[in-house]
Amino acid sequence: MIVISRKTPAFAALLLTSTLPAFAGVLPEDRADVLYHRYDGGGVTIDGPSLLVRKSLKEKFSFSASYYVDMVSSASIDVETAGASEYKEERTQYGIGMDYLRGKATYTFGFTSSEENDYQADTAYFGISQDMFGDLTTVSLGFTRAWDTVQRNVGGSIDPGFLRRNDRRQYRVGVSQILTRNLIADASFEVITDQGFLNNPYRSVRFLATDGSAQLAAERYPGTRTSNALSVGTRYFLPYRAALKGHYRFFTDTWGIRSHTGELGYTHPLAGKWILEARLRYYSQTQADFYRDLFPTTNFQNFLARDKELSTFSSQTAGIGASYEFPGGRPRWVQKGTINLNFDYIWFDYDNFRDARVTGVPPGSEPLYSFNANVIQLFVSIWF
Amino acid sequence: MTTTIKLSLALTVTLLLSACSSVDPWVKPYERERLADIIMAADRNPVSSSYLHHVFEAREGARGAVGSAGGGCGCN
Repeated sequence: MIVISRKTPAFAALLLTSTLPAFAGVLPEDRADVLYHRYDGGGVTIDGPSLLVRKSLKEKFSFSASYYVDMVSSASIDVETAGASEYKEERTQYGIGMDYLRGKATYTFGFTSSEENDYQADTAYFGISQDMFGDLTTVSLGFTRAWDTVQRNVGGSIDPGFLRRNDRRQYRVGVSQILTRNLIADASFEVITDQGFLNNPYRSVRFLATDGSAQLAAERYPGTRTSNALSVGTRYFLPYRAALKGHYRFFTDTWGIRSHTGELGYTHPLAGKWILEARLRYYSQTQADFYRDLFPTTNFQNFLARDKELSTFSSQTAGIGASYEFPGGRPRWVQKGTINLNFDYIWFDYDNFRDARVTGVPPGSEPLYSFNANVIQLFVSIWF
Repeated sequence: MTTTIKLSLALTVTLLLSACSSVDPWVKPYERERLADIIMAADRNPVSSSYLHHVFEAREGARGAVGSAGGGCGCN
């Protein structure tokens, strides 16, 4: 198996933080979401369900439960370059959370567990949000701790001699500020530290053999990584009842990666029950210090990586969405509901990751790799 | 030099104490109707936005500080 992503814990924390209340002094609404997701690009198809349910109790507590599945079918460039055949696997993630409202502060606790046949990730989260200054300002603090266990499949079964661990800590501070009756701004800063086994046990680097051919060798990553991300954003209410949203993030880490992310969104309600959305996203990053598409030798440097996620590349995303609200009452406990369809198209263009599947040319002169991906989300939400 | 330090100290204490006093909001609660509109929500559909963040994070080197800081309109 060649796993496409080793970032499950970050997602687990993300799912938890995304369930933070939008208002520090108000609990989130009682709501249930059932979503079908599908990603298709670069020889990889991933689809599955996602569920998120929230229920409050005595206007003091709000409990949440989530369930998420990735069903992966992959014949990615990494799989093909390694000479492996298409594989299928499944990842399942469960989460529970609780919000406790006390005055103008909300305390959030959560835990998620993610399982694949060769990867286990447990994540615990704590956060606090506080409204202040006449409720114009909301300050949030968060801490996440994750414990990963990495194993390896060999010949279709788990290698009993291979077991590695990784510990991750995430520290987050954010502030949201009402600026005018039409404008809100927010900023957040997040530090993430990893210590343990950080590379993919299946992925290889390429190096130049003495006969001029390209050979494969195991990746070697550092055992620690610390990253810093700073983001700012605004939401503006346009005069004709529509919303314009902007977001920018700067990222840097101890592996030498620097990136910029910019997003623009436009939300337009139609008369009646429809809400339409359009969004654009731009992302670019520089490579990790120890990344190369082709190494001169296996001992060229201490750390070796040929993961395209660590290369220099950019991506652009264009997305649209539509939401239709239907009335509640059937059954009686349903207040209202929405049916939603989102579609995003992503272009990935790599600056120094070459398509090593191409033969007949000297190693290191293959064409640069690029691919496109479709992302579809269909979901139903009900409020009760 | 001593005077400068004392002045700086007095100014700092004044600023810190002023932060403890109540602030008269320049956008009153009854003026936040637009900010409370569903189209202005920081995260209108958490189940959807967290999935899309996951799609990006699994394919990019960057991580963290996505989405909103969790602030709202303070309308209640």
